[in-house]
Amino acid sequence: MRERLVIIGGGMAATRLVEEVIACAPHRFAITVIGAEARLPYNRVLLSSLLAQDVSEADIDLKPAAWWRAQGVDLRFGARVTGVDAQGSSVTLDDGSVLAWDKLVFATGSNAVRLPLPGANLPGVLTFRDCADVEQMRAAIKPGARAAVIGGGLLGLEAAYGLAKAGVDVTVVHVMDRLMERQLDATAAGLLKQDLERRGVHVMLDAKSAAILGAEKVEALAFSDGQNICVDMVVMAVGVAPNIQLAAAAGLATKRGVLVDDAMRSSIENIFALGECAEHRGLVYGLVQPAYEQARVLAQALCDHDAAFEGAVTATNLKVSGIGVFSAGDYLGEGAQALVWRDHGLRRYRKLVLREGAQGTVLVGCVLYGETSDGLWYLDLITSAQPIDHLRNDLIFGPALCAREAA
Amino acid sequence: MEGATTMDAIRTTCPYCGVGCGVLATPDVMGGAAIAGDPDHPANFGRLCSKGSALGETVSLEGRLLHPMLRRASGSYERVSWDSALDAVAEGFSRTAQDHGADALAFYLSGQLLTEDYYVANKLMKGFLGSANVDTNSRLCMASSVAGHKRAFGGDLVPGSYDDLDGADLIVLVGSNAAWCHPVLFQRMQANRAQRGAKLIVIDPRRTPSADDADLFLPIAPGMDTVLFAWLLQEIVARGAVDAAFIERHTSGFDAALETARQIAPDLASVAAGCRLEPGLINAFCDMWIDTQRVVTAWSQGVNQSAQGTDKVDAIIHCHLASGRIGKVGAGPFSLTGQPNAMGGREVGGLANMLAAHMGFAPAEVDRVGRFWKAPQMAQREGLKAVQMFDAIAQKRVRALWVMATNPAVSLPKADHARAALGALDFFAISEVLLSNDTLNAGAHVLLPAAAWGEKDGSVTNSERRISRQRRFLPLPGEARPDWWIICDVARRMGFGEAFSFAGPAEIFREHAALSAFENDGARGFDIGGLAQMSGETYDQLAPVQWPLRMGESAGAARLFADGVFPTPDGRARFVELSKPSLSMATSPDFPLMLNTGRLRDQWHTMTRTGRSLRLGAHAPEPCVSVNPQDAAQLGLTHGGFAHIASPFGEALLRVDVTDAQERGGVFAPIHWSAQTSSHGRVGALVNPATDPFSGQPELKATPVQATPMSFAREGAFVGRAPVELPDTFWWARVTLSGGVGYRVASDWSILEASAWFEQSFAGCEIAELLDAPQGLYRAAAFKDGRLEAALFLAPPQGEPVWDSLKDLLAAEVMDDSRRRFALSVRDAGGLMDRGPMVCACFGVSQAVIRAAIEAGAPDAAAVGAAVKAGTNCGSCVPEIRKLLAAARVAQSA
Repeated sequence: MRERLVIIGGGMAATRLVEEVIACAPHRFAITVIGAEARLPYNRVLLSSLLAQDVSEADIDLKPAAWWRAQGVDLRFGARVTGVDAQGSSVTLDDGSVLAWDKLVFATGSNAVRLPLPGANLPGVLTFRDCADVEQMRAAIKPGARAAVIGGGLLGLEAAYGLAKAGVDVTVVHVMDRLMERQLDATAAGLLKQDLERRGVHVMLDAKSAAILGAEKVEALAFSDGQNICVDMVVMAVGVAPNIQLAAAAGLATKRGVLVDDAMRSSIENIFALGECAEHRGLVYGLVQPAYEQARVLAQALCDHDAAFEGAVTATNLKVSGIGVFSAGDYLGEGAQALVWRDHGLRRYRKLVLREGAQGTVLVGCVLYGETSDGLWYLDLITSAQPIDHLRNDLIFGPALCAREAA
Repeated sequence: MEGATTMDAIRTTCPYCGVGCGVLATPDVMGGAAIAGDPDHPANFGRLCSKGSALGETVSLEGRLLHPMLRRASGSYERVSWDSALDAVAEGFSRTAQDHGADALAFYLSGQLLTEDYYVANKLMKGFLGSANVDTNSRLCMASSVAGHKRAFGGDLVPGSYDDLDGADLIVLVGSNAAWCHPVLFQRMQANRAQRGAKLIVIDPRRTPSADDADLFLPIAPGMDTVLFAWLLQEIVARGAVDAAFIERHTSGFDAALETARQIAPDLASVAAGCRLEPGLINAFCDMWIDTQRVVTAWSQGVNQSAQGTDKVDAIIHCHLASGRIGKVGAGPFSLTGQPNAMGGREVGGLANMLAAHMGFAPAEVDRVGRFWKAPQMAQREGLKAVQMFDAIAQKRVRALWVMATNPAVSLPKADHARAALGALDFFAISEVLLSNDTLNAGAHVLLPAAAWGEKDGSVTNSERRISRQRRFLPLPGEARPDWWIICDVARRMGFGEAFSFAGPAEIFREHAALSAFENDGARGFDIGGLAQMSGETYDQLAPVQWPLRMGESAGAARLFADGVFPTPDGRARFVELSKPSLSMATSPDFPLMLNTGRLRDQWHTMTRTGRSLRLGAHAPEPCVSVNPQDAAQLGLTHGGFAHIASPFGEALLRVDVTDAQERGGVFAPIHWSAQTSSHGRVGALVNPATDPFSGQPELKATPVQATPMSFAREGAFVGRAPVELPDTFWWARVTLSGGVGYRVASDWSILEASAWFEQSFAGCEIAELLDAPQGLYRAAAFKDGRLEAALFLAPPQGEPVWDSLKDLLAAEVMDDSRRRFALSVRDAGGLMDRGPMVCACFGVSQAVIRAAIEAGAPDAAAVGAAVKAGTNCGSCVPEIRKLLAAARVAQSA
């Protein structure tokens, strides 16, 4: 009899894990995937494109239904797990059914954070996390519609761009003094603000939301300085929180996320976690790349191979059509020295942060704006921490020039 | 048109050195001209040097003074009519003469003026204003040769011809870097060496390019030429090489001169010590000189620009007189003159210590010229020579000055002092071709736009007494006028209309020629009476001709003194009692190095003309100082670094060139840079104002200086479409580049300061910048309509050379994004194409790469992913890949 592998969560991490497990040991596991959303697993990264109508619903499916069938995966979407019996090695679903497992994986992702503002429960206050959110937003799009997006991070900007592209008069409301402050320095953030504004997105910085006003539904967003703007819709895009209630209730050790070791094992044997709900070495990753790497490692672990996830240097790409933003590593470089290259005419900006390492100068972070195709090359240099002294003079101009000059 | 050989080519004469090469100029439709050597001109037979060849690049109207202007109280200039400007000059001179007397007036002229211009200027001052305060930049050039010639020969007469350089068996260059400064003549010498086996000896403190393949090189100590030639004179006697008959019949003063030569050069050991030469070298020199009948000893500024210059000239002439090697084919002393018309200026008498037409201030001469000119107010005595003149200006003894065609604020010794003095004049007029130069900027009250080379018409005389026509081949631009016209019109306004009613240069030349023959019984060597009657047409077509050319003669004399007759009262050449030479200033612990100055190969004077040529600017783009390696090591100077050079008179900041061509204890700096072309390169400011007691020529080549290493945090270059005002704190030197101008720069500014300046200066442009704080490197480029407008690259000293990259950027037309992307890289962008928009952010796969994969046959997104990885990570680009696939299919089926 095949071992029973149950994966709670039907997102990108879960899908990739299935792929990896099947690739690693095609017939070893009977796999069940339980997804709360009532649709095939999809590429969450494309939600903003979906909102912007750059892609269709069908375009975002990670795998077609036929694929799941062909792999023999028991894919249960629209189903919720209500309880986990760690001792008894079973899970209970919201329809009352109970599934036994030999290996259990938490891939529960995270939930959008809702600010506890007065009026936050009014109709028209939305988050931007899943297909249902996109549907709600799209339902609210009508001529003359006005929206406020609270949060000037990656998600908020993508939501704002999508709404603006659909004709909504959008204002991004950000509490910090610059957009994407966790990924961008002031220069790149300034360029980004200009480019968004050129695309019709209004941006308010240093704006602290105080209340959402309205009798029946959202009518305005009020700020702590007493100002307010009239809107029909408020999208909260102020971050996500790992979805760990179920794991915690089952007795797994958690902090921000489910604590896992380098093989993605939780505190209880045969139970694992990956993706946005997992906390590894104190870090919870909110990006797809580390989740995919974790999926690869976890598949190896499930198949009894040695593998370890040793953390990831994350890089951020903003998916806004025509605006290239790439950020990786120590992008601020406080106390370090930086190379800056900017061409305002071409709307390009590049900053590389260097530190002196034991073996030589190393690249520790970068911000690329406008033209980002060299980003991965820099990310490699950052991740590998290899000395770049031999590339020093041409480094900022990218791999093509470096390769030729080295030749 | 007269003087034309081919359809459009105009025969004219090069405006640079004293070789006086014939030029064929063919105007083009763009306002420039194609330039070629004139194959029929006897000076050059079709050859031209680098400077002459580039003349076509120097005739643009950029920066030209095109209208008369008057300075307002605010210091700004206002365009006025010629009437107003000429009235202002007439009024300025009249009022000053009235209030302070004629000797408060002065003209400072130039070897760049044509003979006709020179003639009327000299006539106006010396015959009609009543002062002899007419001096010229020729004072800085060949005054010592004039004085030496006059002492020895009784007149300012160059005995030989260029033919002698072809026919000599030995050529000795003394203080002459002819390879750079008289290149066409040097080529003739080299041809003689190659074809006839002539030998070349170079005597110079520096191992110049002329000395590179000389048969003998004597690295003589500065100022000691007189000692060497005094010794040669004794050796000529000791070895029986004297021409006793010639001495007896045609000279005077030989015994006394020989006696002083013995005092100056008592024995070989002391000569060797004084000249810092190996005795063997001295012997070899004497052997070669004495054993070669056909010897030409030619000299230039190393002899002339000296407080002992006149003695040096005569020390050389003595040897030729004593051996009778003068006036003969292939033999003689030969002054290679520096300027295109220094000789013409000497002929008209445009020097303070000459009156006119080789006459001086003896009462009979003053009377004769006065009668010829019908002049009311003849100058009675010598006027102020250049250095004295500027001292007199500083002391307010001279209060009204008219400068024509020269830039004394750069070229005079103690040049900062001269520049300051100009600012204190009561009245200061300038005839100029440029809107800006250091002299004009010193505070000229009236700017008179003069015709430039190619626009003016007249004659010049070269080093072999050959008169050639400079002909006009370009229209007069704006309101520019020939200098003679300007001078005559001022004279008219001062009430001397009758004496200055010339219709054109031909008429002036005829009067000049007539004066040379006037009451000339042969006592004056300069006689061109044969040209006094020529028609305007003949003048226009005048072929190059040597003087003297007396009335009734049809050809001039190639060689003088063949008959042993000299224009002295007794008809004999004079040996002169010379003084034991010593430099006017010795080095000291404070100023331990002796500064020598001179020219570079591809520049002329203060670069107002050659500086416009991008070819010429490429040779040496920065003001520099050459230092011997041992001195450099001792002083801590490094090749390519900077030296602060200070003398008791001024200072400069120059790039260091460490070279073993430079003698120990001496440094060399070229004279060409002004405040227009450099921030700290005015070498004239350093120079010693001491002058030769006979010629008044300053000691330009021997100033004690100190040299201290200097460095800047950053060095680099700026290029732009037009000149800019660089920050005050920058060291800079400017050159013309293809498409604009370039500046070599150095600065202590931080990269943030540099960035702030650049962004402010080019605020209207799209600016690209690279700030590399760890390496202290800054690069910026400003673009306008896709074209580079300006760029500034700075890096710590001795970093990567950026000059050529910047030149290429400026030369480029509109840059596409990929070229622009690498504009700041100091690398060739060739082959490094932009890869188009990025599609797969996860793997950094661009659109171009994905298109290529599709073209290579990938049928779907999965195949593209398999081929180039795009879309295989987060997959968010898969829809875009599908669109590219669809577009490719459409394109294929279309």
